[in-house]
Amino acid sequence: MTTASTQTASTQTDALVIDGVEFGSRLIMGTGGAPSLDGLGAALLASGTELTTVAMRRYSPTETGSLFQLLVDHGIRVLPNTAGCFTSKDAVMTAELAREALETDWVKLEVIADEHTLLPDAVELVDATEKLVDRGFKVFAYTNDDPVLALRLENLGATAVMPLGAPIGTGLGILNPHNIELIVSRASVPVVLDAGIGTASDAALAMELGCDAVLLATAVTRAQNPVQMGEAFKHAVIAGRLAKQAGRIPRREHALASSAMEGRAEFL
Amino acid sequence: MNIKLNGADHTLSDDASVTTLVSHITGRVVDSSGQAADGRKIGVAVARNSEVVPRSQWAATALAEGDELEIVTAVQGG
Repeated sequence: MTTASTQTASTQTDALVIDGVEFGSRLIMGTGGAPSLDGLGAALLASGTELTTVAMRRYSPTETGSLFQLLVDHGIRVLPNTAGCFTSKDAVMTAELAREALETDWVKLEVIADEHTLLPDAVELVDATEKLVDRGFKVFAYTNDDPVLALRLENLGATAVMPLGAPIGTGLGILNPHNIELIVSRASVPVVLDAGIGTASDAALAMELGCDAVLLATAVTRAQNPVQMGEAFKHAVIAGRLAKQAGRIPRREHALASSAMEGRAEFL
Repeated sequence: MNIKLNGADHTLSDDASVTTLVSHITGRVVDSSGQAADGRKIGVAVARNSEVVPRSQWAATALAEGDELEIVTAVQGG
């Protein structure tokens, strides 16, 4: 009993801390791909997320409802991104606008090389990270699954590094688990697995590899039942985190019986 | 005066400030600190000729003929 309650307590205090802010959920949600604001709100609530990304675009008076207000109303902290930026210059300008509009100095920095791969452009990413850190931003750097680049971004002052599992929107899962583990093992800032997640087990794997959190959008918003999938991810992230902390058994080449051989009944 | 707003032509009174424009576009009353008077988040940012105009400067920033304004807000993405 004592052990069980201690375990529960340790799970409850296992908060994700980013820039001094505590989050009870290790699932960061994106908002892209949802057909309606109402549906999105329901999926976000089901996922239990406490931090959610938004993009910055031209204001349209015909747009019904405010995404920012929806997040504020649900007590979800907003993480603006620089989605759609191909250059450091555009990303810095977008981050400045987001800081003004949403009154936060947190930014998910996304500098994309081309529309075909949507992969981060390392050169522009490094340049933008340097400039934004210099201007007082807390940079969440969306990066390739490259351990060298991830460490470089951290050394430039990134608040968190966000390596991709697979290209945005592919749902291919984690293509290079070894690199993700390597990034985690050397990082002293939070590592958030971002992009490529297809289903719940991918998110659980990310946590088992040691990531501090998982960020996903389309896996939920474009699922056939987004609310149900949001809930699935909520549990997957918790399960993966617990499994990581619990310490998995080593992999073995040959079978190892779990039942003792001694004391077997003998039959004629 | 004529300005460009989010890439389209727009006509405003000659004494318009950034606050006037934001109020006009969002249909909300904006106070001198750049916050919506209804107490809800207004959630927009303004760039004038590719320079961000801080919320606190909206009231004091007069617009001029030919200015290029961008007003952005949070939308679904990422």
